Parts: sequence; C-alpha cells; structure tokens
Amino acid sequence: MTATVSTTPPPVKTDPAPPAPRRRKGYDNLQALGFLAPQLVGLIVFMVGPLVFAIVLSLSNWSGFGNRSWAGFDNFAYVLTDPDIRQSAINTIWFTVLQVPPMMISAFLIALMMQNAGKLKSFYRTFYFAPVVTSSVAVAAIWLWLFNPDISPLNSVLNSVGITAPDWLQDPSYIIPAFAIVSIWQGLGYQIVMFMAGLQSISPTMYEAADIDGASEVQKMFRITLPMISPTILFLSITSIISSFQIFDYIYVFLDTNAPQAGRTIVYEIVQIAFTEFNFGVASAVAVCLFVSLLVLTGLQLAAQRRWVHYTE
Amino acid sequence: MAVTTASNTPLVTPVDEGHARRGGRRRPISVARIVLHVVLIVGSVLMALPFLWMIFSAFKPLSEIFLQPPRLLPSEWQPSNFVDAVTGVPFAAGLWNSFYIAALVTILSLLTCAMAAYAFARIRFRGREPLFLVFLATMMIPAQMTIIPLYIIMGQLGWVDTHLSLLVPPILFNAFGVFLLRQYVRNIPVELEEAAAIDGASRARIFVTIILPLLRTPMAALGIFIFLAQWNNFFHPLIFLNTQEYFTLPLLVNQFKGQYSSDWTSLMAAATLAAAPLLIVFIIAQRHIVEGIALQGSKS
Repeated sequence: MTATVSTTPPPVKTDPAPPAPRRRKGYDNLQALGFLAPQLVGLIVFMVGPLVFAIVLSLSNWSGFGNRSWAGFDNFAYVLTDPDIRQSAINTIWFTVLQVPPMMISAFLIALMMQNAGKLKSFYRTFYFAPVVTSSVAVAAIWLWLFNPDISPLNSVLNSVGITAPDWLQDPSYIIPAFAIVSIWQGLGYQIVMFMAGLQSISPTMYEAADIDGASEVQKMFRITLPMISPTILFLSITSIISSFQIFDYIYVFLDTNAPQAGRTIVYEIVQIAFTEFNFGVASAVAVCLFVSLLVLTGLQLAAQRRWVHYTE
Repeated sequence: MAVTTASNTPLVTPVDEGHARRGGRRRPISVARIVLHVVLIVGSVLMALPFLWMIFSAFKPLSEIFLQPPRLLPSEWQPSNFVDAVTGVPFAAGLWNSFYIAALVTILSLLTCAMAAYAFARIRFRGREPLFLVFLATMMIPAQMTIIPLYIIMGQLGWVDTHLSLLVPPILFNAFGVFLLRQYVRNIPVELEEAAAIDGASRARIFVTIILPLLRTPMAALGIFIFLAQWNNFFHPLIFLNTQEYFTLPLLVNQFKGQYSSDWTSLMAAATLAAAPLLIVFIIAQRHIVEGIALQGSKS
C-alpha cells in the first residue's frame, strides 16, 4: 500500500492554507460525530464510565446486591494495611524483577544473534515465536505437567544431574520463579521480534563509519547499537512492566482459587476479592492502587528517558 | 586494507593507526558462527520441547506418565485421548464460539477503528485534540481496573453469561487500533481525497472508496493482533460466562483440567487441540504475522 502511494509524484505543497474545501464548522462537527460515534459510545460506556464507577466503588461498601454505602477511605486503609494484600503486592513485584530484566536481556542477545544467522533467521524465529501465538491456558496446561514433581521430565533431568528439583507450585520460594519461567518462555519471541525490528532500522553506514574509525565491537555496541535501539528498549520496558503487573492467567490455571499466599498476585487478589468474596469496594480499591502504581512507574520511566533514550527524528 | 581507507577518507583520525590488526577480525570467523548457531539451536530446542511434550504426551496411555526416566515418545500410540478430550467437554461448540467471537470482533472493530481514525486524522471538529488525548490516555488503563464496573454494567444490560459481553466492548472500543490507524491515515496524501471531493464525493464515499482500500496493510496487521488477543482471551470469558455451552476454548481447557485432574494425557490432547489452529496458521503465514506484530511496536 505504501508502495502505491509513493509511486505517485510527491505533492508539492505551495499553499500553506488547509487545502481541503472548507466546510462550515457545524457541518464538520456532525460529520466527525458520524465517524466517531461507535468508538465514542464505547469510550463512554466501556471505559470512562467504568473508570469513574471503579473509583466510586473503591470508596464504597458494596457486594453487588443490596444497598451501597459510603466508606470513605476505609477500603484504602484496609488495602494498605492488610498483610495478605501486601504479600500479594510483594509477590507481584518479585515476579516483575525475576521476569522483566532476564527476558529483555535474553531477547536482546538472541535478536543480535538472529540478525547474524543469515538464511536460518526465519527458521529460528518460528521456534521462538510459536509460544506467542499460543493461548496462555494451553501454555499453562503444558507447564502444569512440567512443574508437577511426580511426573515432571524437567525435575527428572534436574535430579539426574544432582540438583534436587523443587515442588515448583507448592514450595513458597519456587512458586513465583515458576511463573517467571513460564512467562519468559511464552513472551520471549515477541521481544525478540521487536528487538530485531529495532536492529534492522539501524543504518549499516553507521557501523561502516565506526569501522573506519577503528571502533571495537564493544564500542560499537555501546555507542551505536544500544543508543539506536533505546526507543525499543523503553517501549518494551514500559509495556512488559505493565503486563507483568497484570499476571493472572497462569496462576488461575495452575491453582484455580486455591493459590497459596506465596503464589497470589495483585490481579489474582482483585479477582478473588471481587468474584468469590463479592467485596467490590475493597477489590476496586486494590485495582485503583494497581493503576496508580503503574501510572507512577510509567511516569518515572518516561521522565528518565531524556537521560538515555535517543531519538533520530 | 585499512591503510588505503585511511588515505582517502577524512573520517579517519591519526589515532586509528593500529588498525591493520582489525583486518584479521573482518574475515568470517567460523568458530564464532558455529557457536552462534549452536546457541540458537539450543534455544530453539528449549522453545520447542514443551510443545513436543504436549503433542507426544497427548498420544500416551495414562500408565506411561510415571515412567522414570520420562520418555518423550509414547511406546504405544493412543489417539483415543483426543476422543476423551473432545467428548469430555463440548469442544466443537467451544471451537465455534472462539472462532466466531474472534472473527466478528476483528472485522467490526477494524471498521469502527478506521472510522474514528479517519475522523481524527482528516476532519476538523471541536475538541479533536483533547478527545484524542483521552483515547491515548485510556491505553494506560489496565483491564482489571474496569472489570468490576464492567461486570456490573453487563449485569444491568442482561449480558452476563451471553456472548454480547465478549463482543460489544472490544468492537466499540479499541484505543490502540484508533491510534495506530490514525498514523496511517495521516500518511495518505490529502490530494487523493481532494480530487474526489471536487467530483462531489461525500465523506462517507471518500472513506469507503479511498481510505479503506489504502489502509489494507495496517488493517491486516492490526486484525491479526486483535484476532490473536480475542482467540486467546481468558480473563473476560472467565469473569462473564458461566454456562458451559457458551465457553470459549481457553475456558474449556481450564475446565477440562478441573474435571479430569488426573487425566494428564487427555488434558494434553485438549491443549493440543486448542493450540493447534493458531499454530498451524502461524507456521503457514509466519512472515505476515511476525511483521504485523513488529509493526505495532514501531508505531507506538
């Protein structure tokens, strides 16, 4: 499509005024409304409305039935002091620490290697990307087997090389690492593809110039490659932190509603409090806290980007 | 070689003298290449093994799962596990539910996104910039933030435990889709529309005959993205649906696991059946899918 467009001679813009035939203001508003109507209804009914409603709920006592009563900040006070919810928050952060940096670093290294893999590139890509298109439930079903100490081939391999394999999903110190392993396995391919797209956009002339200047491989890595893909790094770090804070599917498939405290995360907590305890107020307060944490984390990353993210335009 | 370059390029500074050494490093070093391929192959095997384990285990008799040491291939192939998986839960219905929900959401949300994108990119109207910022800002909001109110709203509408709860919200709202397509509409030369406008074409006509055809490529990429997300969605069906005959594939696999908790081999058969359609499509259309996904990132 872009090809068809670019074959037409580039339009020469001489007239600074908006070239489209001017219509009256009201007319354009109506036309715009026509085109926007479906998404506008969706925005109001399924996003802004629920968002306001969630904030109201977080300040209320309500089980979904009967009367709603005003709770002030009681729900928040409860959320911030409850030891179980705090443990779930710590678990979520621990999961993010175990998952995001290892996944990004290994995805970057694999992407670098794949760039140099020549004709076999797309062959390798098939393997790394296949888990990305697989549903998290199917993935969790496979790993449920791989994490079960009675039948796990993974544990047999570990045991045979002299490592005492843990009971992944029951041992409190292994349950979060187990989630990190599955989600790295499933998410790696996506990040590899993103890094490869970033690496491909670096002009080879930069490396040629560096070669002429006699730059070492290490210098090229830190002076060219990393600065040039820093927008990709920022994008992946923001999105992968957001999604790691939302981990839920694996836990639910692994452990249903019986996850031990050591394996509960914030979203799991929200779903349990809302849909098995029907305490919509507290659950909404947890959701608001999650949202605010993500806003702060993303804001910090965006604020820090000036120091290290390099934009070509 | 480095000497000749040095003599005719101003880029090279005197510090660069000792560069003849580099000439040796330029030649393809076969050891490094071998190591690279070995690492990538080991990685590929690690990625593939869980899938192979799933597929081969789906053919194993139940008695083989406790074998020590475990064996990848079944000693005796037992395809009846697949029959158990398909009859244990309403699998055909689940397959259809998953497919038609994902397809309908994909087609209709592409249309609403393209319409909104066109309005944001091309029509001047009051409040355009602030409204667009609102759309952008909502991309920051995690799905769990709105799930409780959404559940209550669905209850009010009578849509809980119907497919409408899974169809309508994603069709009517997709901020990312609007954002992505708007970028592309802005790149379409405005002269194409002007010519049509002079010929008396309405906005609607311009949209259908000029804009939509030119958006084919980004819409295909976005469509793949939406379809994948819908097909694999677990969270919303889990919250909204209760009746088994309305379940989508991910819910059925999860339920199968609950009902037949010790029937590991049939669970693998169910997981294989659930994963197979997209894996097959992926292997056939790999290039398009991967490029489509990469496109999302480059535009964000």
